[in-house]
Amino acid sequence: MNQVNATKMEKRMHARIRKNNILKVVFLLATLFGLAVLAVLLVRVITQGAAWLDWDFITGRLSTSADRAGIMGALLGTVWLMVVVIPVTLIIGVGSAIYLELYAKKGKLQSFIQTNISNLAGVPSIVYGLLGLTIFSRVMGLGNAVLAGGLTLSLLVLPILIVSSQEAIRAVPKYLAEASYGMGATKWQTIKNVVLPASLPSILTGAILSLSRAIGETAPLTVLGIPALLIPFPEGLFDTFTALPMQIYYWTLDSSLVKEYAYLAAATIIVLLVLLFLLNSVAIFIRNKFQQRY
Amino acid sequence: MPTNSGNHKQNAVNVREMIEEKRNSRNISNITEKLIPTILFIIASISVLTTIGIIYTLLSEAIEFFKIVPIWEFFTGTVLKPMSQNPEFGVLPLINGTIISSLIAMLVAGPIGIMSAVYLSEYATDKVRKVLKPLLEVLAGIPTIVYGFFAFTFVTPIIRSIFPEVEATNILSPGIVMGVMIIPMIASLSEDAMTSVPNAMREGSLAMGATKLETTFKVVIPAAFSGIIASFVLGISRAIGETMIVTIASGSSKNFTFDITQSMQTMTAYIVEVSGGEAAAGTTIYYSLYAVALTLFVFTLIMNLLARYVSRKFREEY
Repeated sequence: MNQVNATKMEKRMHARIRKNNILKVVFLLATLFGLAVLAVLLVRVITQGAAWLDWDFITGRLSTSADRAGIMGALLGTVWLMVVVIPVTLIIGVGSAIYLELYAKKGKLQSFIQTNISNLAGVPSIVYGLLGLTIFSRVMGLGNAVLAGGLTLSLLVLPILIVSSQEAIRAVPKYLAEASYGMGATKWQTIKNVVLPASLPSILTGAILSLSRAIGETAPLTVLGIPALLIPFPEGLFDTFTALPMQIYYWTLDSSLVKEYAYLAAATIIVLLVLLFLLNSVAIFIRNKFQQRY
Repeated sequence: MPTNSGNHKQNAVNVREMIEEKRNSRNISNITEKLIPTILFIIASISVLTTIGIIYTLLSEAIEFFKIVPIWEFFTGTVLKPMSQNPEFGVLPLINGTIISSLIAMLVAGPIGIMSAVYLSEYATDKVRKVLKPLLEVLAGIPTIVYGFFAFTFVTPIIRSIFPEVEATNILSPGIVMGVMIIPMIASLSEDAMTSVPNAMREGSLAMGATKLETTFKVVIPAAFSGIIASFVLGISRAIGETMIVTIASGSSKNFTFDITQSMQTMTAYIVEVSGGEAAAGTTIYYSLYAVALTLFVFTLIMNLLARYVSRKFREEY
């Protein structure tokens, strides 16, 4: 009768365990690779840009000479974009989510709209740029004004906000609404007074995240022909503007001609990243502070 | 007595008014109850309108283009010279550039993404995962223009210092950086797929004496396969649609070549170049914008539908 060869068995077992341990380290290194690149990227941007980043840079006007150039125009442009994007996406995004979750009958129409939204989320941002160029700039005659850029970016981030708002509404337990109905409230009263307040923190978190996506976006703005020239500060929705990402784009492109432009681009990137970081911190704060678990 | 009856009368009027008021407000709230769903439906249909708008603008302008340049010539032409005296519009150089940059990106993001997913879902303790995963997702939140800057001013010089024959703008560097950008997407989608494999299956394998590694490769990954493939397809779709990194770091040469040390243009970068160059509406080059965008749109749409099909069709139910 053949018996198990203990030494041979042990040897093989050891080899298998060793393989397991080695690959565990490999997997860990792979995970850390992405983080290492992130660290290099941040360190690189900060070492290049920090020296150029001062109050004059932030409040200064655009200039062709690197020493005097500032980004106030781009900063204001980004703020104006937010002025358009925030109300438009909130109204359309939350409205669509309420309709899909609470009013639409489960059926063909509802699943059609739902499929449509998830397909829209996968459309490349540059295609939205062409849509904006055709509809907002040319047909509606908005040119490359704040409103055209803001509406284009709003359409771009809408799918994100609709889906996250839907999840927020779905997370509100049914019994809250039932209690409201039981007290004699109508459907809209229930939504207005019970469902929306309960889901507001999650909706706001999603809104901030989609907003931060919008202000980092460059491709649709390049299609709209947003300049980075010596233009006056935008003062309204119909003014020409430039935005932080566009400023970074032009300075990066021209960095092969004027070496200092690379540092200016890096300094602008720091401003943009700080802005995104602040927005995300607010989102996390809201989520942790106001989110109730039922 | 008269005062009393007067009081009485006043009260009666008040009650009647109150009833009237109540009825009116009920009417108003009835109207809002009926109006609100209609308004919300109109709002919700904006997303459908967006889709119709995209398809309509792309198709109508692309059809204008195909009236000037035959569709067959467009899709088989290997020469793209939109600015020259005798312009030629062959889209193959752009498709080639798009596919090559996406391939490079997936060669980086595929293996690293899936290894990260394995580590996060199978090996990492809860504590480690709670730190690593959000950090990894920061990568996905960085604007693509920043990656473009990074590729152009950091990665390209490094590649050129090792391989001097690489051009100042080349497809390799943006491809690699695009891969890094896609890692978190593949990692987190694959990890979701792996985490949803029930523990009973893992325990069965471990109880039979398999190591964690063997369990991962012979049980968990096959069980989560459809989700992993879907994450790859979505990654490719993301790479195809990515614009700023390739626009900045890969230049605008429209060569039909497979040499990754050279500059190549992707479909997205072409759109940026031509539209930023203020092509006058109505010219052939302006219409070519929409033909290229339509091609891009169809590419990404197919990828997205494929991803959904794969994850739905081949999902194992436990």
